[in-house]
Amino acid sequence: MSQNKKDDVTGVETTGHEWDGIEELNNPLPRWWLWTFYATIAWGVVYTILFPAWPLVNSATAGVLNWSTRGQVAERIAAVDEARAGIEARLVETDLAAIPEDEELHSYAVNAGAAVFRTHCSQCHGSGAQGAKGYPNLLDDAWLWGGARDEIAYTVRHGIRNEDDPDARYSQMPAFGDILADEEIATLVDHVQGMAQGGDPAAGPGGELYQANCAACHGETGAGMREVGAPNLTDAIWLYGGDTETLTETITNARFGVMPAWGLRLDEADVRAVATYVHQLGGGEETAPE
Amino acid sequence: MSDKNDKIPPAEDDPKVTQPGDGGIPNELPHHRKLLDKHAILERNATLLMVFAFLVVTIGGIVEIAPLFWLENTIEEVEGVRPYSPLELSGREVYVREGCYVCHSQMIRPMRDEVERYGHYSLAAESMYDHPFQWGSKRTGPDLARVGGRYSDEWHVDHLEDPQSVVPESIMPKYDYLRRATIEPEHVGDLLRTHRAVGVPYTDEMIASARTDFTVQADPMGDYDGLLERYPGAQVRNFDGRDELTEMDALIAYLQVLGTMVDFSTFEAADAR
Repeated sequence: MSQNKKDDVTGVETTGHEWDGIEELNNPLPRWWLWTFYATIAWGVVYTILFPAWPLVNSATAGVLNWSTRGQVAERIAAVDEARAGIEARLVETDLAAIPEDEELHSYAVNAGAAVFRTHCSQCHGSGAQGAKGYPNLLDDAWLWGGARDEIAYTVRHGIRNEDDPDARYSQMPAFGDILADEEIATLVDHVQGMAQGGDPAAGPGGELYQANCAACHGETGAGMREVGAPNLTDAIWLYGGDTETLTETITNARFGVMPAWGLRLDEADVRAVATYVHQLGGGEETAPE
Repeated sequence: MSDKNDKIPPAEDDPKVTQPGDGGIPNELPHHRKLLDKHAILERNATLLMVFAFLVVTIGGIVEIAPLFWLENTIEEVEGVRPYSPLELSGREVYVREGCYVCHSQMIRPMRDEVERYGHYSLAAESMYDHPFQWGSKRTGPDLARVGGRYSDEWHVDHLEDPQSVVPESIMPKYDYLRRATIEPEHVGDLLRTHRAVGVPYTDEMIASARTDFTVQADPMGDYDGLLERYPGAQVRNFDGRDELTEMDALIAYLQVLGTMVDFSTFEAADAR
């Protein structure tokens, strides 16, 4: 197109396009821009050679780097696992009760356990482990199934009353609405509220009902029984609530609190870490009381 | 300002302006007869332009979309994925109706932090019977792709009725009405048929027994052997603790099955995905 003429005003060659006397000037792109543009094309070609790109008949080209998202995530997980391998092996091998003797290990377990707790446990037990109605507070020293480290670890690993783990802790309170009359339940509610304030578990008509229906699990003195997760009824700690309405509901329809079996989702080191974390929150027991 | 601009000659004297009637096309210079200049044909013919524009877009579509339908490594066969049971599917309808997907994704990406928090990354096959899929793109709440079995039914009831009762810092709204809304299996057969129309392999037997399967999944005292045969691994419980069958039952049945169909202890990820 060398025949294109130059614009009189600017002295720039025109492209030859012209509309109603308006001519298009042929101002070339800046060189740096043009070369950057060519470089991106070259980069694009190199990229499709290195990485998975072109669809073929049965599969796409894998790329000479053999890169995949799955490979990458597996690699990153493996790198972190490897970095933790030493201390996690110690955590799994060490007897849970002996963990506090090893300061480094204990510190690791508490911190790793705190992370596990925030991810998997806080939704029910609260982000501060304070619990909620139906989900036990883990800060106090009242334990339903045991507060020693290996007992906590067992609960975490197998869960409570779930269907996924045959070793889950299990018990079932009968729904006394089918067994007792409404007046009897009302008497019992009154009696249990009295017990929480130091009342005699055997006193009066309520005491009679209590001994006949409740004492088998909650104990003659009302101190509870950990083998079946029966709560202590002589303290002021209530899992579902100690007011008349809630207690009536509890005795009439019973409760069936479920905890998932975390051993199916967490590895052994995580289970031990979170048990160690929960144990040091405040109420942990060194050995199960007689 | 003068009307007259002497730099612009009157049209009839302008040598660059083709005069009408002399055989040329008005207001055009002769064209460079090069291949690229042939585009003038397209530019002057709107219909032809549309046809060629459509062709260009089609080629782009064929290159980008079509291979997904035949490339083996985009469609991974995974053991264990089954169509949703009638109750789960109804719960899924509640999930979609309530707009849960607006705040919750169902897509664990292959990244270490996500895998640590939520579990194994999601596989395409796990949502192969989802119409429409619920991957989502916004996580105001956590991802739900593997929420099944993570919480007890009771927790789901407490949480859906009043999320702040169990998670005080949550901003999720209350869905307490779901437990009061009873549902009937009246249209569940149609629901299954609709999903079959878009490719979910519901058999005639499944559709015929949809109503009984629907009811029996929330009734542990019922005869649920047929249900388990048709939908292996279906969980049979009274999910919401009420005697009536409610939307809460259906939603929890759906939530409790999410992400649980594939057994990852035996699953081996093929590379190069």
